[in-house]
Amino acid sequence: MPVQIPKDSWAGSVRTVTLGATAAEGGTRARSVTVGGQKTLPFMHFEQVTPHRPLVAIEIKDRRPEDWSPLLLDVWGDAMGDPAAWAKAAEQAGADLLVLALSLTGGDGQPTQPQAAVAAAKAVLDASGLPLIVFGPGQAEADNALLVPVAEATKGERIALGICEDKNYRTLVATALANDHRVIARSPMDVNLAKQLNILIHDMGLPLDRILMDPTTGALGYGIEYGYSVMERLRLAALQGDAMTQLPMIVTPGFEAWKAKEAKVGQDVPEAWGNWAERAITWEALTAVTLIESGADIVVLRHPESVRRVRQAIDALMAVPETA
Amino acid sequence: MALSGIQIYKLLPQTNCKDCGFPTCLAFAMKLAAKQVELAACPHVSAEAQAQLAEASEPPVRLISLRSNGFEVKAGNEVVLFRHEKTFYNKPGLFLRVRDSEPVEAIRARVAAADGYHVNYVGRDLSLDGFAVEATGDNPAVFTAAIGAVRQASHRPLILISHNPDLIAAGLRLLDGEHPLICGADASNWEKMGDLAKQHGAALVVCADSLDGLADLATKLKDRGVADLVLDPAARQLGASLLLGTQIRRLALRQNFRPLGYPVIAFPGDAPDPAQEATLAAQAIAKYAGFIVLDHFAAEVMYPLMVLRENIYTDPQKPIQVQPGIYEINNPGPESPVLVTTNFSITYFSVANEVESSGLPAWLIVADAEGMSVLTAWAAGKFDAERIAKSVKGFGIADKVSRKRIVLPGHVAVLSGELEEELPDWEIRVGPREAVDLPAFMKQTL
Repeated sequence: MPVQIPKDSWAGSVRTVTLGATAAEGGTRARSVTVGGQKTLPFMHFEQVTPHRPLVAIEIKDRRPEDWSPLLLDVWGDAMGDPAAWAKAAEQAGADLLVLALSLTGGDGQPTQPQAAVAAAKAVLDASGLPLIVFGPGQAEADNALLVPVAEATKGERIALGICEDKNYRTLVATALANDHRVIARSPMDVNLAKQLNILIHDMGLPLDRILMDPTTGALGYGIEYGYSVMERLRLAALQGDAMTQLPMIVTPGFEAWKAKEAKVGQDVPEAWGNWAERAITWEALTAVTLIESGADIVVLRHPESVRRVRQAIDALMAVPETA
Repeated sequence: MALSGIQIYKLLPQTNCKDCGFPTCLAFAMKLAAKQVELAACPHVSAEAQAQLAEASEPPVRLISLRSNGFEVKAGNEVVLFRHEKTFYNKPGLFLRVRDSEPVEAIRARVAAADGYHVNYVGRDLSLDGFAVEATGDNPAVFTAAIGAVRQASHRPLILISHNPDLIAAGLRLLDGEHPLICGADASNWEKMGDLAKQHGAALVVCADSLDGLADLATKLKDRGVADLVLDPAARQLGASLLLGTQIRRLALRQNFRPLGYPVIAFPGDAPDPAQEATLAAQAIAKYAGFIVLDHFAAEVMYPLMVLRENIYTDPQKPIQVQPGIYEINNPGPESPVLVTTNFSITYFSVANEVESSGLPAWLIVADAEGMSVLTAWAAGKFDAERIAKSVKGFGIADKVSRKRIVLPGHVAVLSGELEEELPDWEIRVGPREAVDLPAFMKQTL
């Protein structure tokens, strides 16, 4: 019995965003990476070619993060004390690109100084040829104080600056405009808020192919279903032709999963949770893969083993089956 | 897919005889389409039209129920492709597979351990749904011994796997009165398998490596009178599973394509690389499987998979909430601190579990934030100083404590000033952002 397989054909498509600039493009990256460009829902290869695979970024910090899970402190070891060494280790672990997340304070407990942030970013760029994303500490004043000098010192490298939120995006967008960078627009798990922020950023003159959106997600067990559905809805809207949703999506399952108790700690937890290390890695990897299937273009991860598993899953999802 | 009033009208006698109590056949058809009357009200409808109308009123994905000894696992009856469109209804059953090549002692031990596994997630008790027993050879005695070993260790529903009808027949004889799933029917054995399924009230898996083949077999089996079918599209890789699962669900929902209007069974344990089992199972949960057969049982993998299943199958229109009010943890007294959080159940359980495990007494005020987490509720204006103050006053916590200390979640530290104005005789403290850091905070600073 021949079955007619229904194919969706969509009016819209996701824009492409390129991060990183090679020497020929005015930067120093070994290569640039491009995400987006889909004309179908994720991995529906029988409808359209998926032009760019989802990417895995590894999050590193400008200094050893004492509040990270002991499992992460163990696995990265001494490299965590030196952003350059950590960047190299992350590249070796299979990162497609790096996220440098700046700390609010330095080792002395004082606020991180702009020079120190610039030095960390430069060290990472020198140590690895991967494209770079830089996150501020997540407080408006500190973000602006640190990211502007970083953006200026890395002019032309096409880094992505994060995180633009509705209350704090002007300064970051202005410096991205001036220094040929990209920005990440983060909104709290809501389709309309995501659109609204994209519009505000675009209205400042930043072309849409220089904006990634982060619709925010929750970890497995801690609200992943909200992030999952918002991403599905954003991607459907993009394919239906809503221009302000047609941006590639970046999410941070590593950050979310590793703050969940299931991943973070191994003591004083129920026996039914099983082996800690395997549970933690599974927590991060399943959060990431589930979000990739709902439309994530870049997932930011923390543990090298989950990076390996998620990359393996992406390989498998990108393979075009014979049945297609 | 339901028929429209006009489509139903075409199947009616169109005589406007009014015997149904409505003035015209069209009016009656409209009422039928709206499911406000029964077709039986028309005494003149032909048997053929009756059959067609009954068929059209069936759900697009047939509900399949496996039952044994009071346990039940249901799959199917789904109506959407995306959970935000409505919700997903029947959580896919998670099964553990054993093979009859394993020693019966080993089978019994493995099944007993898995059967006894329970884990708590936001107040719900989660466990495995059943077991699959696979014949690796053609010896009925070996197969039935394995089934017997499973039944000694668990009463949960079973899936019997063999393409040899003689083995399946032998296995089914041990499961009298149960509704198991048998796996399965292929192009060579479907008649015998179909008859066994009918005879024993079992559901039957249809196996084919193409949608054409699946539709063909499913149609033949249905014509033979086997109603309860499950589809195995033979995809074992992440990419192919996603495509075929999506295509089957789309055909069933959008085109009401009956031959594929059944739940799908997935075998993540058959992945070429065993490390992919959890990933494949996670995909099967989100992307449309009705039954999932795993080969390995480890708490550290089962727990995340069961949590994912709870999350994906949460009704998006009804955030899971707890009752706002005062919760007493570890027998608090007048000197104990008062913690505040929202009534989103994941938030509540995260906080309550941490405080409980710290061993320190506390009063936990759960404010009505319309079922949202702290940050989301704050952003939406459902968890502000005014609402918190209202909860504090409304729940009468002031009568229970002598030392008036309130701990705010760290994520809403910005509210502390306003809250001081709202509650002038209270000491407002800012706690950690994440629940996991509460015990340390309570020990060190309270």
